[in-house]
Amino acid sequence: MISRMRPPRTLVALSGVTALVAVTPLVYLLVRVLDAGPERIWATLVRPRTIETVGTSVGLVAVVIGGCLIVGIPTAFLVARTNVPLGRAWWVLAALPLAIPSYVAAYAWIALFPGMQGFWAAALILILVSSPYVVIPMAVSFRQSDPAIEEVARSLGKSPLMAFLRVTMPQTWPSAAAGSLLVGLYTLSDFGAVSLFRVDAFTRVIYASYRASFDRVSAAVLALLLVLLAAALVLGERRIRGRAQRWRVASGTVRPAVPVVLRGTRRMFGVTWLAFWGFLALGVPLLSLMTQLLRSTSVPLRWDLLVQATINSAGVSALGAAAAVLLALPIGILAARYRSPVVRGLETAAYTGHALPGVVVGLSLVFLTLAVLPAIYQTLVTLALAYAILFLPKSIGATRTVIGQVPPVLEQTARTLGRGPLRAWLDTTFRMSWAGIAAGGLLVLLTAMKELPATLMLRPTGFDTLATQLWSRTEVSAYGAAAPYALALIALAAIPAWLLSSAATNRPAPEEAPIITTVPA
Amino acid sequence: MIPVDVASIDAGYGKVRVLHDLSLHVPAGSLLAVLGASGSGKTTLLRALAGFLRPTSGTIRFGDVVVAGPGAWVPPERRRIGIVPQEGALFPHLDVAGNVGFGLPKGSEPRIREVLELVGMEAAMRVRPHELSGGQQQRVALARALAPEPEVLLLDEPFTALDANLRLRLRQDVRDLLEALGTTSILVTHDQEEALSIAEQVAVMRGGRIVQVGSPAEIYEHPVDLSTARFVGDVVELQATRADDAFVDSAVGSVRIDDAHTGGDGVLVLRPEQLVIVDERTVGNGDAHGASGTVRSSAYHGHDSMFVIELDRGGNIPVRVPGGGHVKPGDRVRVLVTGGGRLFEDE
Repeated sequence: MISRMRPPRTLVALSGVTALVAVTPLVYLLVRVLDAGPERIWATLVRPRTIETVGTSVGLVAVVIGGCLIVGIPTAFLVARTNVPLGRAWWVLAALPLAIPSYVAAYAWIALFPGMQGFWAAALILILVSSPYVVIPMAVSFRQSDPAIEEVARSLGKSPLMAFLRVTMPQTWPSAAAGSLLVGLYTLSDFGAVSLFRVDAFTRVIYASYRASFDRVSAAVLALLLVLLAAALVLGERRIRGRAQRWRVASGTVRPAVPVVLRGTRRMFGVTWLAFWGFLALGVPLLSLMTQLLRSTSVPLRWDLLVQATINSAGVSALGAAAAVLLALPIGILAARYRSPVVRGLETAAYTGHALPGVVVGLSLVFLTLAVLPAIYQTLVTLALAYAILFLPKSIGATRTVIGQVPPVLEQTARTLGRGPLRAWLDTTFRMSWAGIAAGGLLVLLTAMKELPATLMLRPTGFDTLATQLWSRTEVSAYGAAAPYALALIALAAIPAWLLSSAATNRPAPEEAPIITTVPA
Repeated sequence: MIPVDVASIDAGYGKVRVLHDLSLHVPAGSLLAVLGASGSGKTTLLRALAGFLRPTSGTIRFGDVVVAGPGAWVPPERRRIGIVPQEGALFPHLDVAGNVGFGLPKGSEPRIREVLELVGMEAAMRVRPHELSGGQQQRVALARALAPEPEVLLLDEPFTALDANLRLRLRQDVRDLLEALGTTSILVTHDQEEALSIAEQVAVMRGGRIVQVGSPAEIYEHPVDLSTARFVGDVVELQATRADDAFVDSAVGSVRIDDAHTGGDGVLVLRPEQLVIVDERTVGNGDAHGASGTVRSSAYHGHDSMFVIELDRGGNIPVRVPGGGHVKPGDRVRVLVTGGGRLFEDE
């Protein structure tokens, strides 16, 4: 139930604080860039290196999206609509690559093939880890497409294949397109894979010019350019998703689609296809990690460092998650219960982090703390704040969904039974939604533990997390010593992917379909 | 125009048999309604007719062509059928003209316009399905099914998702249209009122079998058993003892039996509108007809009212009276029966 009534002032004010925090990195970046004056901005923009960077990043985005569609469409169809053996297990397997941070996958492949480098290597890894963004929504869409529609097409004289191509496929295009844009966003934001494979995409170039530290303007201009591209992808994805929802015509229950029965060689081919991509995306990294672990027995594992890194990762991520949950609460309530231009504006502002690659937030907060509050430069506070800004959308999404599911009439009834506004809210809405809000916080925590570029830029000196330990060891080709950190990261990351895929296999109602947001690594 | 003949088919899903030795004849150009509760197998029958489910035995004939049978199989796309599914199932990615033209060769604009005119939707050619109301979606779905001039039209509960007023109007329109076109049509529904009001013939289905086929009046007035009687309309059931070959005695007095499904005593079934109540003060106590009782409660529905009468001989019976009625709770009344009743064995 959404009310068009005026939302309470306090709620709007608190939401305003959240929105302000969320847009701060972007606004400050803009201020810094404008400060530099038009000539320097222009000079940076037309520099050959800038143009090359744009070309590389855009090219990478195009290749990765194309690859994800080529891999993803048949995969989605096979898991959703055919009788391949182990049916449900493939859903989980198809979603799991998302759990592997791109820099972990890149590290695993490099450890196995030390010569791997360049554009195509990065493209392959990014296709493997981000294809779930295409596979999962398309598979859900194949599952949910009304079989009656295919049957009508058959009755109007179309063969099964024609009915599929002309009626079922077009219905899944919005999910494919929306998924593709998420893949693009992931690729654009990716720092780990492009850095390890030495591809001069935006994130690597920005990080490099920040490290060189003599040309801060150029870093800021490039970061802003990157945000513009990312924002275009985010807006495109939103529009397409909106259209996809309008396409759902019938309101009633849809009976499950009849699976396509594959036999003999076709069935073999289907299983081989799924197994092949599953092996590349999951098998190879795990195999490589195991090999490295076994090989590294000569160098004793520094348990103390591993434990310390895990504690550090969990601690600062928990801090970030707590901040995200608190910041998300007012906006989540507002968006679930009220609708007005103000509410929509605040919500959009709070979602800014969705379009901000980690490297951009890192850069902006470095500038900001140095210029305004040097006391918190490279402290845990700043790092936790960066996590909160980056992953606020996840927390808001969870909060908004669970609160939206509690009918407001319960709260109103509690009021009539003699409770004050806050007491009524705590005893009804909050009682029924806190678990979901907490789950959103957990998701932020697990995602933040994998974050790399912002962590590298904002962490206190000498403070190491799982991600930074893996990073520093990989950079010096100490692959064996990096393996335990990689394994720990994969284990952590598997948890939300597991939740995500089980939500998808439970055939959620259209409104509850899992909305996947990117996990910039 | 061709008839449809279903000859003792069995069909089901996997090991579950849903249709048992089912036979049905639909005369050429007529509209038959298959009426059944959910789970009765009516949708399975429709899927078998459309060709989405292959019967395990028996044959289905469209005119002279065996579309399903031993050694014979015609896939759905070559059966020349039209289907109107529940809630329309319009193609969401095509506009109205695209939907209606889906089964037509390219360049069939005139035909698209023509069928859209038939259903009164010619103004909506370029509109997208999600912009249409439920009733409009159903009209377009009907136009889409009729566009290629199918031999057989199958309608799967096409009106159930609509609100009452719209349902009534659309039902009437569809009936007139199909009558004019003379397309052999089969409509499945669980709504007895819908089946009785739209079809020339009604087939009542239960447990995967057809239990009765007949005109709406036959089904309503002469149901073959107690379950069917209850399913196709409101009933008043009274214990009755045989008086002679033609009459039984019951709480409402002596009633003529038109349909006897048992030789001895049994359950007397009347429709509520067969009962009439008269204020006892206007007829006096001397009248020997009917049975005396007291009005216990009344419920006013506008077009009619339901009264519950407690009979002196025991038991309460519901009586439907047009308008508001002229008695009130506590009044002494006499209950009279018009027409004959049906007598079934006690279940």
